[in-house]
Amino acid sequence: MRVLTGNDLKTGDVVWWTGETWSRHVDEAVDAGERAEEILAAEEAARRVNVPYVIEATREEDGSVRPAHIKDRIRALGPTVRPDLTLKPKDPEAIDWVI
Amino acid sequence: MYKYDNYDQQMVDARVEEFRDQARRRLEGKLTEDQFKPLRLMNGLYLQLHAYMLRVAIPYGTLNSEQMIALGDIADKYDRGYGHFTTRQNLQYNWIKLEDAADILADLAKVEMHAIQTSGNCIRNISSDHFAGAAHDELVDPRPYAELLRQWSSFHPEFTYLPRKFKIAVIAAEKDRAAMRLHDIGIQIVKNDAKDGGSEIGARFFVGGGMGRTPMVAPMIRDFVPLDQLITYAEACLRVYNRYGRRDNKYKARIKILVHELGKDEYTRQVEEEFAHLLKQGVEPPREELERIKPYFSDPAFEDGPKSVDRSDPDFAVWVDRNTHRHKHDSYVSAVISLKPVGGIPGDATGEQMRLMARLAKQYSFDELRIMHTQNVVLPHVKIGDLHALWTELEAAGLGSPNMDTIEDMIACPGLDYCSLANARSIPLAQRISERFDASGKTSKLGELKLKISGCINACGHHHAGHIGILGVDRKGVENYQLSLGGSEAEDVSLAKITGPGFTEDGVIEAVDTVTNVYLANKQGEERFLDTYRRIGMEPFKEALYG
Amino acid sequence: MDNPLGTSPDDVQFRFRDDEVADHGTVTVDACCEQTNATAVRIEPGDDARVLLPHLDRIALVEVNFPTFGDGRGYSAARILREEGYTGELRAVGDVGIDQLSHMRRCGFDAFAPDTPLDEEDAKRAFATWENVYQHAVDTRGGARRTIPELRHE
Ligand code: HEM
Ligand code: SF4
Repeated sequence: MRVLTGNDLKTGDVVWWTGETWSRHVDEAVDAGERAEEILAAEEAARRVNVPYVIEATREEDGSVRPAHIKDRIRALGPTVRPDLTLKPKDPEAIDWVI
Repeated sequence: MYKYDNYDQQMVDARVEEFRDQARRRLEGKLTEDQFKPLRLMNGLYLQLHAYMLRVAIPYGTLNSEQMIALGDIADKYDRGYGHFTTRQNLQYNWIKLEDAADILADLAKVEMHAIQTSGNCIRNISSDHFAGAAHDELVDPRPYAELLRQWSSFHPEFTYLPRKFKIAVIAAEKDRAAMRLHDIGIQIVKNDAKDGGSEIGARFFVGGGMGRTPMVAPMIRDFVPLDQLITYAEACLRVYNRYGRRDNKYKARIKILVHELGKDEYTRQVEEEFAHLLKQGVEPPREELERIKPYFSDPAFEDGPKSVDRSDPDFAVWVDRNTHRHKHDSYVSAVISLKPVGGIPGDATGEQMRLMARLAKQYSFDELRIMHTQNVVLPHVKIGDLHALWTELEAAGLGSPNMDTIEDMIACPGLDYCSLANARSIPLAQRISERFDASGKTSKLGELKLKISGCINACGHHHAGHIGILGVDRKGVENYQLSLGGSEAEDVSLAKITGPGFTEDGVIEAVDTVTNVYLANKQGEERFLDTYRRIGMEPFKEALYG
Repeated sequence: MDNPLGTSPDDVQFRFRDDEVADHGTVTVDACCEQTNATAVRIEPGDDARVLLPHLDRIALVEVNFPTFGDGRGYSAARILREEGYTGELRAVGDVGIDQLSHMRRCGFDAFAPDTPLDEEDAKRAFATWENVYQHAVDTRGGARRTIPELRHE
């Protein structure tokens, strides 16, 4: 699937396009398909998100979304060396998901 | 330490207001990201993997306890409780909001700090010897010259849109503790024999060093520039670069490429010509300015005291041997606070640790601290008689690792955990290597061994200059690591050579272990890893790695 | 006038000179060196401003083009011309934004013809950015303005 991501203009948070808005949780990302570029242009102009771009990802059986590249998985979760600062601080297996 | 006067304060305050206005225009949509990016970069604000990142300048790595406290407080108030000290003697915050950035700059300005020119294609923070003003082997304190250059380079109207970033280092000892020759301009303050039989202090210029994808060691282009022409000469070096540095390809835009393509002699000729022209323009600051700056760096009131320590506690003795550096006053040493605890993140410090280091500086080091390019902190003037008390406090706070210049004292860039340009993670490697060598007890057997890790070819982790260097590369979407041997950033400067095909994460840790075994098996006398490598060459290492 | 090269007086948004705005055909640096009657010339980033030195006394307008604001060669070109005594109009044209104005002014530009007109209020503030300055540039020539190090030792 084609997923849109960027950083929130004001806070810098990593965000994912949910079809209506931007979420910090990659699992809420939707497949933007053919409309990806069009949405990017509109959102960039709306000044909510900084330098948004399209990435490849897959939806897993449990419904979660897994970006194809390790960089985006680290963006989705947080720094692997500071589990306490990731979005899943209590999940010891979260780091394995990245790698 | 240098103190701002009203003019300095006014410049920094004006910049805060200017940036507040720029950030407002960005948030209101008057500026696009393309327009805003160079402006925020001029103020050290990057967009990184997880958030905005703010890089704070610590000019020539010197700061006082009030400034260190402010850095700790900012970490707690605006970030997530920590900061990262870098190889450029700066501090980076990783979790900054654009909305807060101007307020942070205002908080910094209150303690005479800023993020000016810590990014962008301008003259960056000037770096220097972390033992400046304290080391036993220096000719003079290099920092007054660095301060003169800092002021000259701040908001320089001609050199704000250079072909590429520009880094200057100033030292004043034969020992190079600032990787001087791996800078765009490296300046060594030297003494020459004046005609009248006396001697005179001046500046030796090395131009065109750097790391990145094409590492180069700067050649010397002038062995002596009189001090009352220092700024004019630097201006000539920069003007030739601004006019003729390549702008067609950002990977070829650093001054090292210009010097390389023109040849050192032709570049020098052009600089000398421009210098002759500029001498007539009167761009040098008045000589009294240097004299005004110097007293800020004069010696604190040293007192005689004990000249040796009680070595009955072996842990303490090891720390003293490893982490202190000989001082010009025989009752003092410079003490290195390691930010490399076993398994820790190299260069990270919490807000609380920063405040603790600030208090220790006040108590034991005339209120002064230094940031090292090896991502550690120095208390430059500690009484030998106070060392045990200091060490006890450091130990209790987890800051007492006795590992300066050992394999556990590695440099590691933020890598893929934080950096959007990275190919691979650096920090987990650093953590695993330090854990492994600590557990096997091999660290002390290896002695001085400089390991440097970068997460991509930009070489922020100085891997080209590591006795052992590791470079993260991307191999079909998987992290992979290249090993290199034989680099040095010191006065015996050299660039490391790649051993051969890359390794996986586990593989490269194994490989580091392997090359250290080759060293131990071949070591003669007091040789360091680097000396043995230079004597026996790459082959035995290759054989052991790939054989 | 049909002149694909160069800006017209109408394009000039800010000007810090009292003389009549020069309005003649602008030519390239090469052409200017060949044509002995050219009085207006346009410097592109790769041009060497110094080749104009023998012709400065007949030139009334030098345009320095900034195709992108990040290409800072024009700052050196401007300063060199002023250092060599050029007193005519020095016009920054092209991708000239608010945040370049104060530096350009310090390097000797006294006219500005940005591709996209700038907000007048923002520009006014930008021109007034530096109450004092650390280093010498064109604005400090001949003591016209004292640098901070000089002010400290008056
Ligand atoms: C995390 C954000 C960072 C980014 C985006 C970044 C970007 C870069 C880039 C693009 C280069 C290559 C420049 C060139 O060769 O033209 C570079 C070089 C360098 N950076 Fe970084 N860097 C970052 C962090 C750091 C850190 C944390 C340090 C200190 C630990 C650092 C210190 C250096 C040094 C020493 C060099 C190489 C020396 C040189 O040739 O200038 N950087 N950086
Ligand atoms: S070396 Fe590469 S990965 Fe490491 S900080 Fe620099 S740009 Fe980022």
